[in-house]
Amino acid sequence: MTSDVVNSKAGSRPDSNAEALDPFHGVDFSKLERSLHRPRTFMSMLFTVIVSAMTLFALIPLFSVLWLLVWRGGHKLSIAAFTQLPPAPLEQSGGFGNAIVGTLAICGMALLISLPIGILSAIFLAQAKPENRLASSVRFAGKVLTGFPSILAGVFAYGVVVIATGGYSALAGAVALSILMLPTILLTSEDAIRMVPERMKEAAIGMGATDTQTVWMVLLPAAVPRILTGVMLAIARAAGETAPLLFTALFSNYWLMWHGHLKLMQPTASLAVLIYNFAGMPFANLVDLAWAAALVLVVMVLIANLIGQSLASRQVQ
Amino acid sequence: MPSTEIASPESSPANGKGDPSVVMDCNIEKLYYGSLKAVRDTKIPVRKNAITAFIGPSGCGKSTVLRCLNRMNDMIRGFRLEGHVQFRGQDIYGPKVDPVAVRRYIGMVFQQPNPFATSVYNNVAFGLQLNNFKGNKAAKVEEALKSAALWDEVKDKLNASGLSLSGGQQQRLCIARAIATEPEVLLLDEPCSALDPVATRSIEDLMKQLKDRFTIAIVTHNLQQAQRVSDKTGFLYVDTSEGSRTGYLVEFGDSNQIFHDPKQKETQQYIKGEFS
Repeated sequence: MTSDVVNSKAGSRPDSNAEALDPFHGVDFSKLERSLHRPRTFMSMLFTVIVSAMTLFALIPLFSVLWLLVWRGGHKLSIAAFTQLPPAPLEQSGGFGNAIVGTLAICGMALLISLPIGILSAIFLAQAKPENRLASSVRFAGKVLTGFPSILAGVFAYGVVVIATGGYSALAGAVALSILMLPTILLTSEDAIRMVPERMKEAAIGMGATDTQTVWMVLLPAAVPRILTGVMLAIARAAGETAPLLFTALFSNYWLMWHGHLKLMQPTASLAVLIYNFAGMPFANLVDLAWAAALVLVVMVLIANLIGQSLASRQVQ
Repeated sequence: MPSTEIASPESSPANGKGDPSVVMDCNIEKLYYGSLKAVRDTKIPVRKNAITAFIGPSGCGKSTVLRCLNRMNDMIRGFRLEGHVQFRGQDIYGPKVDPVAVRRYIGMVFQQPNPFATSVYNNVAFGLQLNNFKGNKAAKVEEALKSAALWDEVKDKLNASGLSLSGGQQQRLCIARAIATEPEVLLLDEPCSALDPVATRSIEDLMKQLKDRFTIAIVTHNLQQAQRVSDKTGFLYVDTSEGSRTGYLVEFGDSNQIFHDPKQKETQQYIKGEFS
């Protein structure tokens, strides 16, 4: 082998001096040019085009819905729409202020129920007893619940809250929505806590922090942005749900706050149910209001999503 | 134990309780992770206001031994210790001992700088907060940062994130965090292995300053470092005779003696760099 190399080197020596010094001698630079005639390059280009086209195609539903909502509902958006109660069938004007308040109130109450349960059990899953049988069954249940048909949450809340308390109410709606929020909050919070680098946890333990101090002073603060992302996604999902509210909060033509009293145990309006009710009416004014309400709901959900995304991207490390 | 010959006379078994200069008396007979025997027959007295270095090849269990000294191994599943580790004459593995309390007296600095994702100030104040410190927090934080030779570099950015500092600064921040609560013993687990030579030098200088106030034990794979900073050195090696890798103490003594006149064959070979 060695002698071969030596020989070939010796053989090349008689060539002209310049050629021997040129390190690129023998390389055909035209072969380095990009050319669509080569099948490999062509396939790669074609694939790039297909992928880009499909990406654009995937955007069509979202943007066409948004465009339709703006087109049909945009002109109805006015201060009255946000501040007035729904009109009677033949009345003109009117709004859906009570439904906006109702949606916010029901989602807020649902959050009050699901947030503490979700985060505390996430701490259990991620930190306290991660390998425990209870933990793995809760984790599994959470995953199943993520794909839970929302109407069943409504039926469940109907059976548990509506029948027990004797009527439709904002509280029943909140219970139904909290069931839909819980798995998202639970699973994203568990992930968020697990994502905190092990060495930060070690640092806290090494400083003489108890498990509880480690969770509250190190793990949760570091996990908060991710947890909030999950919470925003959960809210965004729940706010748009109609089916569970039909069984629980139903609808109301009045404000949640009536003569200074919060009517949490009365039927309560929500944007989703208002859209459902008004969209099928034979009165143009109500149909237009449904479009406008849909636009408002989509924008609210979009804002919740955007807040969640921006929190996710604004993370330390 | 036949293979464990202790060169230095001061570490004889009778010494631990009687000698007040021995702050921590570590006597590991057997240490298991599950069914794996990780360390055996390691007896190291850690002396007050001195730097005790643990050296040895990778996997010899030197970090494991160090982590025994403040019960950090409790976090590892299947950890079991036969023997005892005494802190001021009291066994920290005793049935009534709370590992959390132990760690407040015996602080630790890790291989990778691990500041919390919060401000420089909050990082140092963390330990004070843990203990519900009621006095002047700002003064304590300043004092700890000065002791860690970091104050001049961070005094104008106490509210900046601890993670925004350079690697060496982060490690000194971790040291400041550990000493803010004034522990008695400081355990340093390869504190310079993630740092460049300049940062390493500054940490070494810092260790020499700190030994007047704290008792220090350090694990290092850098022999020159051990030679530069330590007063006592323990050399650990791996025994593969039982089919698994079990670390044990080969020799313990004054650093001068270990590096210049090692008694054991393994130590001689290791110091000379004949194996690693």
